[in-house]
Amino acid sequence: MKRILGGVIAVLIFIVLALAFVHIPFGNIDLAEYHYYNPVDNEHTQDSVPQHYLDEGKKETGSTNIVTAVVVDYRGFDTLGEVTVLFLASTGVGSIMYIFEKEKRRKVRRANAVVETASKLLFGFIILFGAYIFVHGHLTPGGGFPGGAVIASSFLLLYLAYPRFHAEHKNLNIAESLAGLTFVGVGILGLFLAGYFLYNFLPFGLPTYLFSAGVIPVIYVAVGVKVGSELTGIVDAMMGVRE
Amino acid sequence: MIPYYYLASVALIVIGIYIVIAKKNLIKIIIGLDMMDTGVNLLLISIGYVKGGTAPIENGNYTLYVDPIPQALVLTAIVIGVSVMALALSIVIGLYKNTGSLELDEIRRERK
Repeated sequence: MKRILGGVIAVLIFIVLALAFVHIPFGNIDLAEYHYYNPVDNEHTQDSVPQHYLDEGKKETGSTNIVTAVVVDYRGFDTLGEVTVLFLASTGVGSIMYIFEKEKRRKVRRANAVVETASKLLFGFIILFGAYIFVHGHLTPGGGFPGGAVIASSFLLLYLAYPRFHAEHKNLNIAESLAGLTFVGVGILGLFLAGYFLYNFLPFGLPTYLFSAGVIPVIYVAVGVKVGSELTGIVDAMMGVRE
Repeated sequence: MIPYYYLASVALIVIGIYIVIAKKNLIKIIIGLDMMDTGVNLLLISIGYVKGGTAPIENGNYTLYVDPIPQALVLTAIVIGVSVMALALSIVIGLYKNTGSLELDEIRRERK
């Protein structure tokens, strides 16, 4: 009964969405031709938001990667909220899993020698790769979030290889708090120096160089450390390994 | 003619909705939610595509770029999706430890 109902609802939604999306053009869009409606002057202007970001983004933020410019600079406050959501999720997972801590854990079999040795060898390189991703966030694809996820995956490898391994919670908390403080501190510094929260107050430098784009690399390194420690905390809570 | 990208992402969303309605295993329901999430992300990205455009990273070799705004928003959406998945999975782990079952029917019977 439920299956038939689900199937009928799914087919109906599919038909409605497919009919709606037939009218949305794919691919051959000219970004400059998006019309932007200005409600103050009640007029349509030609200056579309994506075209503005593509044309002026490098000049206004110093970042070569326009997606990073949008995420960290134009919508930096949004990213702060996003990091907060991740922090809340990590706290929630930790507190939910803490309730079930008291039960006796089932015995975990040891991983074999290949997994143990390989994870020992790869651990450092994976962390290095994650750091590379978030340090170069303003130049190449990637940034703080993928870099942090890569770092957490290296810890997950250790958890899988060594059943008794557990990350020190105090260190994770310190790393996470410092990273969060850096993000907010940079924002407040911008507020004091230039009058806007998260203002890009450092010199932009030469585009495509590592030390460019002002505060964007600083914020992305903070985001990377924060995401890495939070996801490691989630992995730790779900594995449930304690002394 | 509807482009494949829209068709595939709408199909992902619809399969997710079907799983959430029809299945009774909690892990399967969470997988369905994640499929809906992936479908919406794919839909947003493909709306921002520009024919012949490359990734919006300016290095002087290209002049035509895809729309950067959907990509930035999808970056946010992925992170939120991961957070929701982690919370939902931990709640399911707790439910399993309390009731010893992942099937919604059995959990409901146990409550009575």
